[in-house]
Amino acid sequence: MQRTKNQKAWFLVLPVFLLVAFSAIIPLMTVVNYSVQDSFGNNEFFWVGSEWFVEVLNSDRLHDAFGRQLMFSGIILAIEIPLGIWIALKMPKKGWAVSVCLVLMALPLLIPWNVVGTIWQIFAREDIGLLGHTLAALGVDYNYTQDTLSAWITVIVMDVWHWTSLVVLLCYAGLSSIPDAYYQAAKIDGASKWAVFRHIQLPKMKRVLTIAVLLRFMDSFMIYTEPFVVTGGGPGNATTFLSIDLVKMAIGQFDVGPAAAFSIVYFLVVLLVSWVFYTVVTASDAEDQS
Amino acid sequence: MDLAWMGWTTFTGTFLAVIASLLIAMTVWEIARPGGAPRKGLLGFTSTRGDRLFVTLLGSAFIHLAWMYFAGGVDLWWALGLSGLYGLAVFRWV
Repeated sequence: MQRTKNQKAWFLVLPVFLLVAFSAIIPLMTVVNYSVQDSFGNNEFFWVGSEWFVEVLNSDRLHDAFGRQLMFSGIILAIEIPLGIWIALKMPKKGWAVSVCLVLMALPLLIPWNVVGTIWQIFAREDIGLLGHTLAALGVDYNYTQDTLSAWITVIVMDVWHWTSLVVLLCYAGLSSIPDAYYQAAKIDGASKWAVFRHIQLPKMKRVLTIAVLLRFMDSFMIYTEPFVVTGGGPGNATTFLSIDLVKMAIGQFDVGPAAAFSIVYFLVVLLVSWVFYTVVTASDAEDQS
Repeated sequence: MDLAWMGWTTFTGTFLAVIASLLIAMTVWEIARPGGAPRKGLLGFTSTRGDRLFVTLLGSAFIHLAWMYFAGGVDLWWALGLSGLYGLAVFRWV
């Protein structure tokens, strides 16, 4: 492909660049500035160099939070992606039921995070919540405020409830772009259901699926509000994910220096994962086209 | 303009200035030789020179983090030197 050579476009980018500088780059630099200094408030700073980075990188507390975060993102991806594909495959293809299903699927996505947290916080309570009360009546030992496993199950089920629809909607969009001719050809060849899925539906969903995985990974890796409302990071530190720990550090303890160093490490990890993912996707797309 | 609340230091100011001048230099380079010289490098994906700069900067950040993890906060110049070599390698082979 021959690229158009028109350098005037650079000037059209200038307003956006200024806006981004003001709203993102300069504030981000504040974090960099804080990460190499200590402050006790009152706008006084003391140079500490790389001390906070060394402390943060060697901190067991943050290693644990990082481990929990990876486990959480891994578990929700392992549930939401296959479940989302399965639901999208089962959804009606035409008729009035399509609109009904789409609206039902979109509903959880429209609810604000803290409201989702509150819904599940009450839903899972043993005294007044439908789920907690039912489980207690069935004799199941479930208490998300005191038991680690219960807390994890609650937070994961809540995330699956909230976000599987996103995967479903993306997959459904991918599926509805497949022309009927493909299915007819498969039928003539006597392809099994699995073969149709493996060789027609899955390849056609690849692009939207990668977007779904990326979105869900990023979102779950930065999750804050829902577990904060439901468990507050507890019991103990069992559901203290990276963002929750970061806020505790920065606002709870006012350790802005270590919190800034931690933010930068966190940001770099997110940047690295996104870049690797993006590169793998674009490379495989280029291979498909060639 | 009072920027004291941002806690600027000479070092962080220099850091921002270096990144900014790198971006400006890349822009000038792009205007002089448009297209970004895409090629398929050692890592098996097509990269332009902007991609190579990004890989250099991100890699350098992790080289510094690794240095601070293993060697503590001393002699960070070594990490900077390593990053420089790494950058040269990226621009040569990636």
